[in-house]
Amino acid sequence: MSKSNVSDDFAIEAVNLVKKFGDLRVVDGISLKVPRGSIYGFLGPNGAGKTTTIKMLATLLRPDEGSARVMGFDLTNDANHVRQCISLTGQFASVDEDLSGLENLILIARLVGFSRKGALSRAKDLLKAFDLEDAAKRQVKKYSGGMRRRIDIAASIVTSPDLLFLDEPTTGLDPRSRNQVWDIIRALVRNGTTVFLTTQYLEEADQLADRIGVIDHGKLIAEGTSKELKASVGAGRLTVHMNTVEDLAKARRILQEMTDDQVEIDERLLRLVVHIANHIDAATAISRLVTENLQISDFSMGQPSLDEVFLTLTGKTTGQSESNEEVSNVDQAG
Amino acid sequence: MSTKQDDYPDLHKVLILTQRPRRPGPLSASLTLGWRALLKIKYVPEQLFDVTAFPVIFLLMFTYLFGGAIAGSTGEYLDFVLPGILVMSVTMITMYTGMDLNKDIQKGIFDRLRTLPFWRPAALVGALLVDAVRYLLASTIMITLGYILGFRPGNGFGGLALGVLLLLIFAFSLSWIWTFLSLVVRTEKALMGISMLILFPLTFLSSVLVDTSTMPEWLQSIVDVNPITLVVDAVRGWVHGTVTNQEIYTVLIVSLGIIVVFAPLTMYKYRNKN
Repeated sequence: MSKSNVSDDFAIEAVNLVKKFGDLRVVDGISLKVPRGSIYGFLGPNGAGKTTTIKMLATLLRPDEGSARVMGFDLTNDANHVRQCISLTGQFASVDEDLSGLENLILIARLVGFSRKGALSRAKDLLKAFDLEDAAKRQVKKYSGGMRRRIDIAASIVTSPDLLFLDEPTTGLDPRSRNQVWDIIRALVRNGTTVFLTTQYLEEADQLADRIGVIDHGKLIAEGTSKELKASVGAGRLTVHMNTVEDLAKARRILQEMTDDQVEIDERLLRLVVHIANHIDAATAISRLVTENLQISDFSMGQPSLDEVFLTLTGKTTGQSESNEEVSNVDQAG
Repeated sequence: MSTKQDDYPDLHKVLILTQRPRRPGPLSASLTLGWRALLKIKYVPEQLFDVTAFPVIFLLMFTYLFGGAIAGSTGEYLDFVLPGILVMSVTMITMYTGMDLNKDIQKGIFDRLRTLPFWRPAALVGALLVDAVRYLLASTIMITLGYILGFRPGNGFGGLALGVLLLLIFAFSLSWIWTFLSLVVRTEKALMGISMLILFPLTFLSSVLVDTSTMPEWLQSIVDVNPITLVVDAVRGWVHGTVTNQEIYTVLIVSLGIIVVFAPLTMYKYRNKN
C-alpha cells in the first residue's frame, strides 16, 4: 500500500506476455488490464495457460516476451517490490501440510517480517477470522477440503496484500465450502484488495468477477463483463421435463413457435431443451405450457456452460463435458 | 445464495492491517525456516532414524567385521575407523537435504515461499542449519557409542570436537550439491538414485575403512584426491593429534570451492524453476 505507486489506476497492466516451454507457446501474447479494487476472472479449460499466466504475474516465472506492471512496479526489474504487494494462493495447497494451521500462519508471518509476538497474535486473529480456531493445532493434512482452502487464503492475507492471486480457488469444493470461499473473496474486495482469480466455471466468474477474460491455448479469446460475454455466447437454456409422451409432443410445438432455433427433444427422458434469451421469455414459455394444461414434471433455466462459451468463441469444445450450471431449478409437484 | 457477512465477522478486522512489517533480515528468515524443519521432526520423529540407527549399525558392523582382519584387533581398529565412519555417515545423510527440498517443490509450499519478500537463500540455508543439528546428533551418538566400546581420542575431546566441526563445514558445503540436484532432477526416487551413485564409490574409494598405502598405486592416486579421503584424513588427524595445517586448509578450500560453485547454481535454479 504505502510503497506502491498510487497514481497508477491498474493493479495489473500486462502487454503481450509470452511463455514458452520448449517449442510450445503455453502463454501466447496475453495483454490485459485489471483496475484496482476489482475482481478479474480468468476463465479457461485445463491446460489453457491460466496457471502459467498467474505464475508470471506473481514473479514465479520469467516471461519470455512482453512486459507487465503489477501494482505499478515492473514485473522483471522490480520483482521484490511486486512481491511485497502481492500474494498467491496456488491451485494446490500452498501451505505446509505437515505443520498445523497455527504453525503455518506463524511461519509466514515471521517470513514477512512480524516479530515473534506479532506473528503469534496475527496468526491467532486470522484463524479466528476464518473460523479455524478449533483446528489451530491440527496438521493441515488432516483438514477437510473447505478448511484447507480457508487456511490457504488466510496464509495469503497475512499482510493484507494489495493484489491477491487465486488459482482455481474452489475447484473440488462442495457447494457450501465454495460459497464460504466466495464470501471471503467478496469481503477481501470490499476492503480494497484487488483479486485476480482463475476458474474453469463460468458460474464462478459470473458470481464474482467484474471482468472476465476467456483464455484458450495461451491466447485471450474474449474479454468483457459477464453480461457482455453471455450476450456474445447467446441465449441461456431452458430445460423442461414432461410427464407423458403426448404432452412432450404438444409442448415441443408450443415452444417451437417461440424460437427460431431448433428445440431439442429427448423422448426417453421426456425432455425438451430450448435456447431462450432471458428469464422473462422462459417464464412466458412455462406459463403457456401451464395454460395449455400440460403436465410439467420439472423445469430449469441454465446458463450457457463453459463448453458452450467455448463452442461459440472457438468453434470447438473444451474437450471436457462440463454440464450446465443451473442457476434456478424449480420442482413442480405433479 | 445471499452474501452472509456475519459468517466471517472478524474478517474485516484482520483485513484492515494498515502497515506492513519490514522485511526480515537474512538471519531471521533462515532461522524461521530452520524452525519449520524442526517442526517436521516433531511430527515425524522417525525421520531421525537415519541419524541415529544408521551410524550405530555402521560403527558396530565395520568394527567387528573388519577389526580383526585389518588391524589385528577390534580395539585398535576402532580408534582408526571411528573418524572414518563418522565422515561416511554424515556424508551419506547429507543427501536427505536434497530430498526434502525436492518434496517441497512438488507441493504448493515451494511457490508460496518464493512469492514472499524474504532473502531467497534463507529457504535453503534454514534447512541446512537444521541439518547441521542432525549431523551433530549423528556424530554425538557415534562418539558416545565408540567411547563405550573403548574408543579413546589420542588428542583428547578438544581435538575431536574440532574434527567434528570441520566435518560439519564439509557436510554443509556438500548439501548444496544435493539442493542443486533436487532442483534439476524431477522425482525424489531419481534424486536418491543419483545421490547414491555419487556417494557410494566416493565413500568406499577413500581412506574411510582402510589405510590407503596398501592399495595399488593407480587406485591410490584416485583415492588420494577424493575429497572424502581429504576430510577423513583431517578429521582422523585431529582426533589423534597428527593433523597438519595443510590438511585443514585443503578441506576448507574444497568446501569453499563446492559452495562457490553450487550455491549460486542452486539459487539460479531456485529463482527460475518452472
